[in-house]
Amino acid sequence: MNFVALRMLTGDRSKYFGLVFAIAFCTFLLENQTSIFANILKRTASQILDVTDAEVWVMDPRTEYWEQTKALKDTDLTRVRGVPGVQWAVRLFKGNPVARTLSGKFAVAFLVGLDDATLVGAPRKMLLGSWERLREPDSVVIDKAGYILLFPDEPLELGRTLEMNDHKVTIVGISDASAPFVSLPVMHARYSEAVTFLGRERTELSFIVARPAPGVSAQELTERIEARTSLRARTTDEFMWDCIDYYLKNTGIPVNFGITIAVALVVGTVVAGQTFYLFTVENLKQFGALKAIGVANSRLVGMILLQAASVAALGFAIGTGMAATFFEITLHKVATRGIVLMWQCVAITGACILFVAIVASILSIRRVLVLEPAAVFRG
Amino acid sequence: MTSGVAVSCLGVRKHFGEGEARIEALRGVDFSAGFGELSFLVGPSGCGKTTLISVIAGLLHRTGGEMTVLGARLDGLSDRERVVFRRRNLGFVFQQYNLLPALTSAENVAVPLLAAGVPRKEAVEKARALLSRLGLGSRTSALPSTLSGGQQQRVALARALVHEPRLVVCDEPTAALDHASGKAVMELLAGKAVQPDRAVIIVTHDTRVFGYAHSIASMDDGRIVDVRRVARGARAAEAGPADSVHEVALA
Repeated sequence: MNFVALRMLTGDRSKYFGLVFAIAFCTFLLENQTSIFANILKRTASQILDVTDAEVWVMDPRTEYWEQTKALKDTDLTRVRGVPGVQWAVRLFKGNPVARTLSGKFAVAFLVGLDDATLVGAPRKMLLGSWERLREPDSVVIDKAGYILLFPDEPLELGRTLEMNDHKVTIVGISDASAPFVSLPVMHARYSEAVTFLGRERTELSFIVARPAPGVSAQELTERIEARTSLRARTTDEFMWDCIDYYLKNTGIPVNFGITIAVALVVGTVVAGQTFYLFTVENLKQFGALKAIGVANSRLVGMILLQAASVAALGFAIGTGMAATFFEITLHKVATRGIVLMWQCVAITGACILFVAIVASILSIRRVLVLEPAAVFRG
Repeated sequence: MTSGVAVSCLGVRKHFGEGEARIEALRGVDFSAGFGELSFLVGPSGCGKTTLISVIAGLLHRTGGEMTVLGARLDGLSDRERVVFRRRNLGFVFQQYNLLPALTSAENVAVPLLAAGVPRKEAVEKARALLSRLGLGSRTSALPSTLSGGQQQRVALARALVHEPRLVVCDEPTAALDHASGKAVMELLAGKAVQPDRAVIIVTHDTRVFGYAHSIASMDDGRIVDVRRVARGARAAEAGPADSVHEVALA
């Protein structure tokens, strides 16, 4: 009887497409909104995640997230290096200088100062130039989006100059640094130069980044550092979640997105669930005829579940395809770069669609099970 | 042609609701239908005809009286056993055909076989063969929406017969059809459905088709008020009725 169930489902094309579209739209809406939300929150930790060499971050005990830094003492670096299990530890500077082009265009930037000797903390992917050129005096590497912001409609090329705190600096590389939470240029320079680019508001030693020695886990090392230095030490993942947590608790982002996602969830699930339920109700006479003919209730339940599973699977697949296409299109745009369809969001949406299908199926099954087969005689 | 009693009802009662809302649909019905016969149930709307065939078909539980259908006491069967009993032994023809609109004629006819677990290909082949015998060999792949009312009812009739049930229950099979289509359906019922080991019960208002009946039971207010044997109907079932027979009405 499976083919009968599927033919009942697809027989009325307009109803069938309406049902599939409702679930596809619900899927798209949920995956789209949850992914954008998750990716925007992830952006709050972009510069942390870009540092792939180190696994442990050390900071002032009162530092809560990336943007909030209080200068450490130079001796703190030595103390951290002295903690057993530290393979190496280097300084990292973070500041927000104003970068100005010769044409007068300017923007506040994220400036990351890398350890002079090792350049630990630089994003790996370079679009133009090389990290080694940072060893040249008064040089910076800028991310592509920042370059486009400061030099709109101009081709990517090295050698352009910027002015920061009365310093003329040369762009020696263009990187593919992850997009920050706010759309500011992301620049990297050597630590010793970065502190001079910021001016009087400098906070020299923002962070210490370290790598655990072989055999020591990052978690274990953070505990040791905190015990021995009284500084705050977090693994990269922990620090990322600190940032996300801070924005969740202290900004209106989660409320606004939460409302949108809730609306998407309610509207999507109600529309999809109701459409499927009505589909069954409209077919009650057919189910009644099948009952009268001698199709067992268990078989009818199987037919409804098959119909629900089929339409949910197809709608979910189409909706996910729509969401993937959307993110593929927006992925390469400057403003939305790096925002991708996250598998976690696909999984959560899948669970929601499954829930809708189950609820709609239960309601539909109930109607069919209580249906008196004699009703088919009533015209 | 008659070779025994297929359905026997003795004082069958059925009510719906309780208290002030209680409706006595059947008030002690005595009725029987023989194998090899077309047994008609006639009467005004609301007299209990449909309730009676629903009880006989095991779609409703009687609330009193005695009843055997094909030798079985349906009240002694579990719900599951009643479903299996219906699937094996009963065929249904509905006033509004109740064909599944998404299935072709042959697939619709095959539904009782599919419900019984017959493989799809085999079931559809058997359905096609039956449709050919009923004069619809060229419409086996047609959807119900492309068929005339008469053709749809013939498909419904094929669906009721394909699994060779011993009892066929028809509810107003000609009510939605014009004269010629109704006549064609009744001729098929009389010629193909009536078998020595099969009983056919037809609920109808359509006086034009009374001539096909072997017996006509008249109902009123939940009771059988009159039963008549119609010898002419028996001849018609065997030899095929003429127009004049088709139009015979019960005097």
